[in-house]
Amino acid sequence: MNFEFLGDNFMSLTVTGLTQGAIYALVALGYTLVYGVLRLINFAHSEVFMIGTFVTTIVWAGLGFGVGAAAPGTFGVLGLIALAVVAAGAASGGTALIVERVAYRPLRKRNAPSLIFLISAIGASVALFELVGALTDRQPRGMPSLVQPKVQFTIFGADITNLQIGIILSALAMLAGLDIFINRTRLGRGVRAVAQNPDVAALMGVNKDRVIMLIFILGGMMAGAASVLYDVKVGITTYSVGFLIGIKAFTAAVLGGIGNLRGALLGGLLLGIVENYGAGVFGNEWMDVVAFVMLVVVLLFRPTGLLGESLGRARA
Amino acid sequence: MMAVVDSARKADESRVRAVTGLRERWSNLPYGWRISVLFAFIIFLYALPGLEIPLITTPDTDFTSVLFLCAVYVLVAVGLNVVIGLAGLLDLGYIGFYAVGAYTVAILGSPNSPVVVQFPWVVCVPIAIAVTMVSGVILGWPTLRLRGDYLAIVTLGFGEIIRVFALNSDITNGNRGITGVPVPSEGSWPEWMDWFPGITAGRPIFSVSNVIGFYWLAITLVFICMLGVRRLERSRVGRSWLAIREDEDAAEVMGVPTFKYKLWAFAIGAALGGLSGALFFSKQTFINAQGFDLFTSILWVAAVVIGGAGNQLGVALGAILLAYLPERFREFADYRLLIFGVALIVMTIFRPQGLLPSRRRKVELEDRAKEGAVGE
Repeated sequence: MNFEFLGDNFMSLTVTGLTQGAIYALVALGYTLVYGVLRLINFAHSEVFMIGTFVTTIVWAGLGFGVGAAAPGTFGVLGLIALAVVAAGAASGGTALIVERVAYRPLRKRNAPSLIFLISAIGASVALFELVGALTDRQPRGMPSLVQPKVQFTIFGADITNLQIGIILSALAMLAGLDIFINRTRLGRGVRAVAQNPDVAALMGVNKDRVIMLIFILGGMMAGAASVLYDVKVGITTYSVGFLIGIKAFTAAVLGGIGNLRGALLGGLLLGIVENYGAGVFGNEWMDVVAFVMLVVVLLFRPTGLLGESLGRARA
Repeated sequence: MMAVVDSARKADESRVRAVTGLRERWSNLPYGWRISVLFAFIIFLYALPGLEIPLITTPDTDFTSVLFLCAVYVLVAVGLNVVIGLAGLLDLGYIGFYAVGAYTVAILGSPNSPVVVQFPWVVCVPIAIAVTMVSGVILGWPTLRLRGDYLAIVTLGFGEIIRVFALNSDITNGNRGITGVPVPSEGSWPEWMDWFPGITAGRPIFSVSNVIGFYWLAITLVFICMLGVRRLERSRVGRSWLAIREDEDAAEVMGVPTFKYKLWAFAIGAALGGLSGALFFSKQTFINAQGFDLFTSILWVAAVVIGGAGNQLGVALGAILLAYLPERFREFADYRLLIFGVALIVMTIFRPQGLLPSRRRKVELEDRAKEGAVGE
């Protein structure tokens, strides 16, 4: 127990937590979108994220920015990151789509119970990460540190770096974009309709299969974007990187109310912050325990998460 | 109208088909025959370490150790089957109970643990079972009121908490682990057992280097537990579990106290998990947090579902495959999980009821498929 440490570093722990939480939130969106529409835990989503981290390094290495390469100027870095977001988003979205087609669609046609979906998802997850593991010889893969953390300003004694600002702002921007997409556009209305009642939505002329493909692609793209932010922040990746992030992101989704986009944001940020406080008080090794204990406690008092579930009914 | 009659007839036919076949022929055999065949099979299982059957034995590892691992996994699967197959509760952190059972025996029985008491194995194991049961109730009490999907993540979290706790806590010696986990008995093989291949009179019955004693103990426990669970399954409790699995709300309306029976399923499943953990780590004589990753836990769930959730023989088969195939095919070590993952997807698409399905479960799945076809 080290409450003094928590008190002294409150703000900096908060900011670190927000940064971590922003990445959780982006990954959590994938879980929440799929769950909101299909009532299905997409366990393979963690591997969708993992694929993104690798594609990012491959793209950078392909452009001559392998391990240890010097970072280009500000615009160069921004360009590289933008390129990686596009590439990783495409790769992750594509992977998510393939998982849907291969592992879920045949089961959906047969109205299989959720346990069977889960096993298929586990199968897809294992297959993906083993495939990448075999391809990379199970070695971690490094990348250049494109952004040198530089302190921009200080709030209440906490140094805020450009990296942290960048990650939090870009995550928020993407979340806002997705929120607008779901709430304001025609396609988004289709997604909400299918989430509310798939059969009636189909009767009203919504193409259910297309909506389902769309949510997998959207979730995958968000995970791809998250994977780029993760790479910029951490600077190294391995084939097993998805597992823990996946569990945390799913926890974040449940915490905020699974199926609820804003809930995913709230859950992700809260999870990031609380687990950092917990790490400050109890020590780093207890971080995950704090996260899960918080989940259980929240579910006890609000069994549908903080903001309630349902993509269709509540304000998404 | 004709369509309704047709579909009713088809449903009926599929039910008939589900119950005929091997199972029907088996139950048509005279009682004496069935008993003798079962008896012969059990004898065969006990004799298995002594029979050098080509193709089946593992070239790279000690065959008896593999058999012991299979037996432990079967015990795990029987326990997990109570939770998943019978009561329909998705427990992804089952390994947490396994760890609790194993650590209880290690802490209470080992001379090298931080707790000074040093109970013999026969005392430790009942305590371990009780402790895991209590931990099952503690975990189940708040979480079993939640919906199924949340249960999955909460149990996953529980498994991870137990692992992190084992890794960092003082009572478990942290990552250094605990050596000298007690063995079931210090006795040695008597003279009259000397004829069995691999047994030397005067050597200890339970040792790491010769696992036959452990294997025999393990399959004996497996038989007892399978019999016990089978009795439970056919009792009032078992019927309640099935009702909860098929439709929890309907069961509640029909007067089944669903929460109480779900909690029981959790506790009994936990107890069996604790027993298997205790058994396995008695053989290892050493325990640390390494053996308790969530991935193994998830593989167990997969084994239960692949084997055929709800059917004890099915889940046993799934567990044996999970334990045995990687040891038999060491040369594919790099790709075995990849193959496993693909096999999982293929299985769920073509045989969702599992290799040896539970009869009732299979009919349920077919019903659902039909409902789905109507809904499309």
